[in-house]
Amino acid sequence: MAHESTYQPSNGFARWMDARLPIMRLAHDSVVDFPTPKNLNYWYTFGGILTFCLAVQIITGVILAMHYVANVDLAFASVEKIMRDVNYGWLLRYVHANGASMFFLAVYLHIFRGLYYGSYKAPREVLWILGVVIYLLMMATAFLGYLLPWGQMSLWGANVITSLFGAIPLIGEALQTWIVGGFAIDNATLNRFYSLHYLFPFMIAGVVLLHIWALHVPGNNNPTGVEVQDKQDTVPFHPYYTMKDAFALTVFAILFAYFVFFDPNVLGHAVNYVEANPLVTPEHIVPEWYLLPFYAILRAITFDIGPISAKLGGVIAMFGSIAILFFLPWLDTSKVKSARYRPLYKQFFWIFVVVCLILGWLGAQPAEGGYVVAAQILTAYYFAHFLIILPVLGLVETPSAVPVSISDAVLSGAPAADAGPASGAGAPAGATAAPDRNA
Amino acid sequence: MTDAIAEQSADGGEPTRRDFLYVATGAFAAVGGAFAVWPLIAQMNPDASTRALASIEIDVGNVAVGQGVTVMWRGKPVFVRRRTTAEIEDARAVSLAELPDPLARNANLAADTDAEDVNRAASANEEWLVLVGVCTHLGCVPLSNQGDFGGWFCPCHGSHYDIAGRIRRGPAPENLPVPPLEFVSDTRIRIG
Repeated sequence: MAHESTYQPSNGFARWMDARLPIMRLAHDSVVDFPTPKNLNYWYTFGGILTFCLAVQIITGVILAMHYVANVDLAFASVEKIMRDVNYGWLLRYVHANGASMFFLAVYLHIFRGLYYGSYKAPREVLWILGVVIYLLMMATAFLGYLLPWGQMSLWGANVITSLFGAIPLIGEALQTWIVGGFAIDNATLNRFYSLHYLFPFMIAGVVLLHIWALHVPGNNNPTGVEVQDKQDTVPFHPYYTMKDAFALTVFAILFAYFVFFDPNVLGHAVNYVEANPLVTPEHIVPEWYLLPFYAILRAITFDIGPISAKLGGVIAMFGSIAILFFLPWLDTSKVKSARYRPLYKQFFWIFVVVCLILGWLGAQPAEGGYVVAAQILTAYYFAHFLIILPVLGLVETPSAVPVSISDAVLSGAPAADAGPASGAGAPAGATAAPDRNA
Repeated sequence: MTDAIAEQSADGGEPTRRDFLYVATGAFAAVGGAFAVWPLIAQMNPDASTRALASIEIDVGNVAVGQGVTVMWRGKPVFVRRRTTAEIEDARAVSLAELPDPLARNANLAADTDAEDVNRAASANEEWLVLVGVCTHLGCVPLSNQGDFGGWFCPCHGSHYDIAGRIRRGPAPENLPVPPLEFVSDTRIRIG
């Protein structure tokens, strides 16, 4: 929360800068001295991890751009040149490709953390909405980037998604031609996708800054959902959460390294190692795993609804499934934030998680028979979760006893509802018990 | 708790466990960081395909006496000239004192070798001359069979090179360099 700045410039130069551009003060107030709830668990480390992922993607991306050629005749070969000839090119390419998957893994864990602990509720509605904007930009960036290697899946996946725009009434065809830049996906498309793929991450960075600003106004939520009431409820961000985040990042990096060094192609599609051929369609067209749930929703609408064709219906459902997230702060009527104290909501939360996972799996199956029916049922459930279950739950659920304060919850030993570092009263003896000089 | 307080002192007393952990973590982070950053820097060095072209072989069987060809090596022009006996005589006759640059500039010989014609030629019989065709002044490509000394003339700022590729007049500071080369057969030269 907006707190009194405690930054003391330590030398003459620092005082001089502070009077002219207080950037060190801003850094100190944001990541050193920022009062953070003392009960944050590891689900809260994904924001830092996401910032790392964005930096990795931008750095590896800018470097790959030194070697990649965005021309239909040269693109595929330029990627192979990167893999074979460029010094450490194989490493840069695999980090960038698997980095995208890690980025989405982290963002999904980050989002579901928010859903569980009610981090989207007042006064953090704008924080949540900015997050959804970032998520949308991420999906766009990933889609644009996937065309660049110019493999079979690149071309045909882009074909499917750009053709969706054609379903929009009146302006659809003109819009599709405008996006593609021609009659079909070709050089014009590849060049503009390259340009936009380079641009969007910097837009993401800008929205991330707003996202962190919007966070720092009310301060972090915490696993109890009870707001910070006094200094006793908090610890300074450094060293407590800088170190916790660094440790979490290290574990995340180990998983990242497993994919990059031991199984760099398992998350991708083998057919993308075949150069794009507009005359031959691959057997199964699927997006990358992180877009699969939305692909399943898109394909679930197989019937016309009045004047709305099935294709358009699928488009509306797919975009709707993301758009609905913008309204979440108002759809969930519960005054209690955290699922820890909402026994009914907790169950529906986990059902929702399973629904999303199955929708993801369905997105990779052929769109026929039982798979379609299942996708239709789960798509209906997805919307019902937001439009029916959440509003009703807030009104009918009896929450369990919410702690009086964060300190109270920590000192009395957090309930075993979710894994939290519940320390009993009284600090243990030993080196870690040395009083914090900075407190 | 006086022991604990003495332990906490940063400059007096024994290094504590905390000090060790700080230094060890810092060292790991520094080394790890260096390993992580190195590929980001190394990727800008010439890649394998460029390094493969670092060495080329050319067939000079079709070059008649008195003729020359220009080939591309490492992105630059290389003049390959098969000199006539008269041209070789002219080149031999020049004394070192007349040359603005008295050094051979031949990558196949020691750096302090003088610019006698035998040290500039590519073959023992001094018939073949192989030079990097980039003016040593500011990098233009000199024109062959021009200039006042029977060799090359750079039109950009008026440097004259003789039939051994040595600078004779004009702003260029050095003789045209002779690249690393080897005759792999009578009609094939490996350059680089």
